[in-house]
Amino acid sequence: MTTMRSGAVPAHEPSAADLERLATYSHVVVTWIDDAGYPVSVATPFESDAASGNVTLAGPAGMPIPTDREINILGSHIRPQPGIGYDQRRYLLLWGRTTDGVTFTPTRAWGWDENETPFFEYSERSVPQSRRYLEQLSKEKGRSIRPRLSLFWLALRTTRLPFLSASAVPVLLGTAVAASHGAFTWWTALLTLIGGSFAHLAINVTNDIFDTLSGADEANTTPTQFSGGSRVAVYGLVSIRGLSWLALALFAAAGSIGLLLVAVTGSLTLLWIGLAGILVGVAYTAPPIKLVYRGLGEIAVAVGFGPIMLLGAYVVQTDRLAWEPLLLSLVPGILIALILFVNEIPDRRSDAEAGKRTLPVRLAPDVIRTGYLVAALAAFAVIAGGVVSGVLPWPTLIALVAVPIALRVHQGLKVHYDSPYTLMAVMGTNVNLNLAVGGLLLVAYTLTIAVMLLT
Amino acid sequence: MGWLPEPVERLLEVALVGELTVIGRNGRPVTHPLIPLYDGEKVYLHSSTLFSKKLEHMKRDPHVALALTDPVAMKGNPDRATIQGTARVIEDDPHSDWERLILDLWRKKEPSIDDFLKVRVALPLFFERAVIEITPERCLYWADGRTDRAPVESRAPQSEAA
Repeated sequence: MTTMRSGAVPAHEPSAADLERLATYSHVVVTWIDDAGYPVSVATPFESDAASGNVTLAGPAGMPIPTDREINILGSHIRPQPGIGYDQRRYLLLWGRTTDGVTFTPTRAWGWDENETPFFEYSERSVPQSRRYLEQLSKEKGRSIRPRLSLFWLALRTTRLPFLSASAVPVLLGTAVAASHGAFTWWTALLTLIGGSFAHLAINVTNDIFDTLSGADEANTTPTQFSGGSRVAVYGLVSIRGLSWLALALFAAAGSIGLLLVAVTGSLTLLWIGLAGILVGVAYTAPPIKLVYRGLGEIAVAVGFGPIMLLGAYVVQTDRLAWEPLLLSLVPGILIALILFVNEIPDRRSDAEAGKRTLPVRLAPDVIRTGYLVAALAAFAVIAGGVVSGVLPWPTLIALVAVPIALRVHQGLKVHYDSPYTLMAVMGTNVNLNLAVGGLLLVAYTLTIAVMLLT
Repeated sequence: MGWLPEPVERLLEVALVGELTVIGRNGRPVTHPLIPLYDGEKVYLHSSTLFSKKLEHMKRDPHVALALTDPVAMKGNPDRATIQGTARVIEDDPHSDWERLILDLWRKKEPSIDDFLKVRVALPLFFERAVIEITPERCLYWADGRTDRAPVESRAPQSEAA
């Protein structure tokens, strides 16, 4: 059987399965081009015979189906949803000829069934057609015609702004630990949060640039709100040049705030931490290192969002290193790396095509699921061990109430591993795990600080 | 005002899906299920740039036919019709032309479109759309969907004059 891409779904030589599928429709619409050069269509009952590969049409009255040209027959179905619209869309189009106006022999088939190919995937597969169309339209009109979004939504999508919660957790925790040690300046804390956010957004944009250039994002036809990148370059909403300028501006903003904090605190330790952060962030996807392409993305993220962010925020306030923030940093480090780990699961096929050998590309599903559970429980073990050893204050044990969330994610990975769209809820729960643990740890440190101030 | 027979106008008012056929590059018919809209004179359909091959076909050959055949998609109305006409693709600004021209007609048939529009950021290319304006020229009508009987044919007044 030969296949070719025609728009969004493959056109192919009809199979017995196609004819069996056709039999599920209530009627077919027969269409040909009439002698005046217009298409003409008529609905008719039919019988589909998968064994012979033919379709028997009940010839419409007064409109003989021509035998001297190619015709098509269409089966189409929707389920109306009153007051809403419709769902359960599917259709099957067959081209071919009839020698007697009754027996139709298909030679080519094309169709779509949203139960088999979800609408979002169908749309993503069609992105190249949209680009070609808009390029051609721009030539015809003599001006650039590009897809657009309002500035607010474009900024949100391009930078993947909602993911900022990931960097806010370690920065706030580092600052909270410092405050519990008696060191807190509100405006340097605020600058740390803003600088950390700029760095995070810059890394997001850089990641998109290299994933677009490598073809990883384009090859991904099942992106979700948590995976598959921002896609603004794939869609043509922003050019690679535009993204590059944005990444530079965000790095410059992060770097300026970092240097200001170094100048204010006089801390060379902070300077080294900041430089390490930028190095890890860029090396995450940028050649030649491309850590995430080598299965080292999780370690890079764990280091970047763990020790670098949390310890950096602590050093801003205290100008010194300490065991407590270092140990605590392992918790958001692990949990944020696990966000990446889970979000890479639906991308694994397109990542493999682009040579992006992430852990879900390299490892079997069972190993990934077990690995998730072990790592998530390790984050909680760090807290328990930290309290038992006296490094972390005992109120941090409150974060252990989030263990069931991790178990829920693990269970969800068992059920939804192969379904990008149903996995979305699991990915959301996994993001919430980091927020819940981070929030509970902040509550714990707030209590610790309150007790310290009252005694 | 339009000239289409009243029973066909009734079909257009309720149809959630019609079958639009355009003429492909090699001259063969290509049929797409689409939601038809009607303003009392012309028939409107619309297409995302994602699924825009049909637009390219219509710009090359504007002869089209729209069939209304599925009682399930027409609130149980068993009548059937095919409208032949000439299509004009309106694509000066795929971002917003369609909102101005057909959004009101669209939301009357598919109210959920407003919910999708609120999250335009999630499906930006789906909402880059061209409008297909069909001027009806000939109509075939089958009462009760009985295509085992010859259709009632009617033509646009100017077509008759021509």
